[in-house]
Amino acid sequence: MYQAISTFDVNKIRNEFPILNQMVNGKTLTYLDSAATSQKPRSVLDVLEKYYREDNANVHRGIHELSRRSTLAYEGARNRVAEWMGASEPAEVIWTRGTTESINLVAATWGMDQLGEGDEILLTTMEHHSNIVPWQLVARRTGARLRYIEMDDEGKLRLEDLDDLLTDRTRLVSMTHVSNALGTVNPVERVIEAAHARGALVLLDGAQAVPHMKVNVSELDVDFYAFSSHKMCGPTGTGVLWARKDILEEMSPYQGGGEMIRIVGRDESSWADLPHKFEAGTPNIAGAVGAGAAVDFMEHVGYEAIKEHETGLLRYALNRLAQIPDLSIYGPKSLKERSGVIAFALGDAHPHDIATILDSEGVAIRAGHHCAQLVMKHLGVAATTRASFSLYNTTDDVDRLVEGLQVVHSIFGR
Amino acid sequence: MSDLNLNSLYQQLILEHYRKPRNKGELPDKTVEIHMANPVCGDEIRLQLQLDGDRIVEARHVGQGCSISQAAVSMMTNLIKEKSLTEAEGLAQRFTAMMHGDEEVAKDRSMGDLRALQGVSKFPVRIKCALLAFDALQEAIKETRGRD
Repeated sequence: MYQAISTFDVNKIRNEFPILNQMVNGKTLTYLDSAATSQKPRSVLDVLEKYYREDNANVHRGIHELSRRSTLAYEGARNRVAEWMGASEPAEVIWTRGTTESINLVAATWGMDQLGEGDEILLTTMEHHSNIVPWQLVARRTGARLRYIEMDDEGKLRLEDLDDLLTDRTRLVSMTHVSNALGTVNPVERVIEAAHARGALVLLDGAQAVPHMKVNVSELDVDFYAFSSHKMCGPTGTGVLWARKDILEEMSPYQGGGEMIRIVGRDESSWADLPHKFEAGTPNIAGAVGAGAAVDFMEHVGYEAIKEHETGLLRYALNRLAQIPDLSIYGPKSLKERSGVIAFALGDAHPHDIATILDSEGVAIRAGHHCAQLVMKHLGVAATTRASFSLYNTTDDVDRLVEGLQVVHSIFGR
Repeated sequence: MSDLNLNSLYQQLILEHYRKPRNKGELPDKTVEIHMANPVCGDEIRLQLQLDGDRIVEARHVGQGCSISQAAVSMMTNLIKEKSLTEAEGLAQRFTAMMHGDEEVAKDRSMGDLRALQGVSKFPVRIKCALLAFDALQEAIKETRGRD
């Protein structure tokens, strides 16, 4: 295991990301779309290549040497992730395709088993569609009811409503740890405590949290935690569902197939132990190995150093953007309640037009509804422009963004 | 990509149609209405036509979106008034060809203000924005003919 490096040198970090060193549209690439997906460091690229070059074989099946190696790498990555996120044991870490599949897994198994007519699932209007639609599907089939914690004008949750929204029928609170659309960091500890006091479980969508902050599920005292590796420097197609072991043991399997069974009969089968009960079929072995390497990379850089660097970057960006005429920034005003993302509007320039002009300047940002249409409805807009930051971004990147926005202003302000 | 391309994309005429869209607002006596949306960016258009037989008497639109999608629907509704469905269909086909790189169309005076949108063809991810209005028009023609 690596020791965290004591001094954070962003130029050294950038050298670890070969993709950043390129020209697009004749300009140096400025990548400010890490909330959609982060770039990957050499260490992650290298283990992916090494796995396929040297160790590739199916896991838990062969007696041969390569199968032993790939199983070791696959389970080793699980052990690494379990330790990193404070799981009680590796069996609590289920590999999935990503956050979306993690939440769908809980909805399709725990939700379908446990929810009935009149039961309540408490969501927030800040959620990504992946934490709304799975619950709508379950509600339709079980008769359960969806309720929502609303947002205030700053894009923070109205937790003063929490006591009224949590009822004896609330079975689950499913909410985002950090908002992908606004960057709001939610005070999840308070929600977890209140939900548990009413006997409800809590699921956190950590997709936008794990790239920026150290998460420990034991300290959070949460029940389910979902995240994707690709937003924290790992490969796409790999994510994790963590849940408390006693809950996972009660849950029905998600998909049926190889790997997840103990004995298969003509009419009935019995299930493998955790975590394999939830991992039917040949898993994304390389993806898991890459996810383990991504965890190593984040720990190597160090979450404290990442947070310090990114907070400085956000402060600089918010100050510089505030100087652009007609630009308004969405989301919390306090830096303490914000992470990774700055969403904004610029005069009457549509986000799609802003994105095209910035792209022609080599600046990659995202325009649209960000899979958060309830947030757009709350803001009263169809779309926003979003710049999102990662550990490899610099104040130069912010300057390039500001210069690009000045071009937007010169076209749309004329 | 150079600034020259950006200038060809964001011509004054396009921005003018974006800021002051023609034929915007509900059409009380509409014969057909088509709702088209681009889920990628949230642009949406409700195209409303009032027909007298095969002739488009009035064309209006309601919706929101980027400068390209809004300018295109504004210019298109101007042009299709008093045209037959077959003529409108021909216009939609010519415009689609222009978006896919046919430079001859951009010289065709009957394309009116729509010629200003030729620059969009150099921005592949934005072609869908320009075509949203014409997709709605073609759908409206199809639906109308299906009724006969």
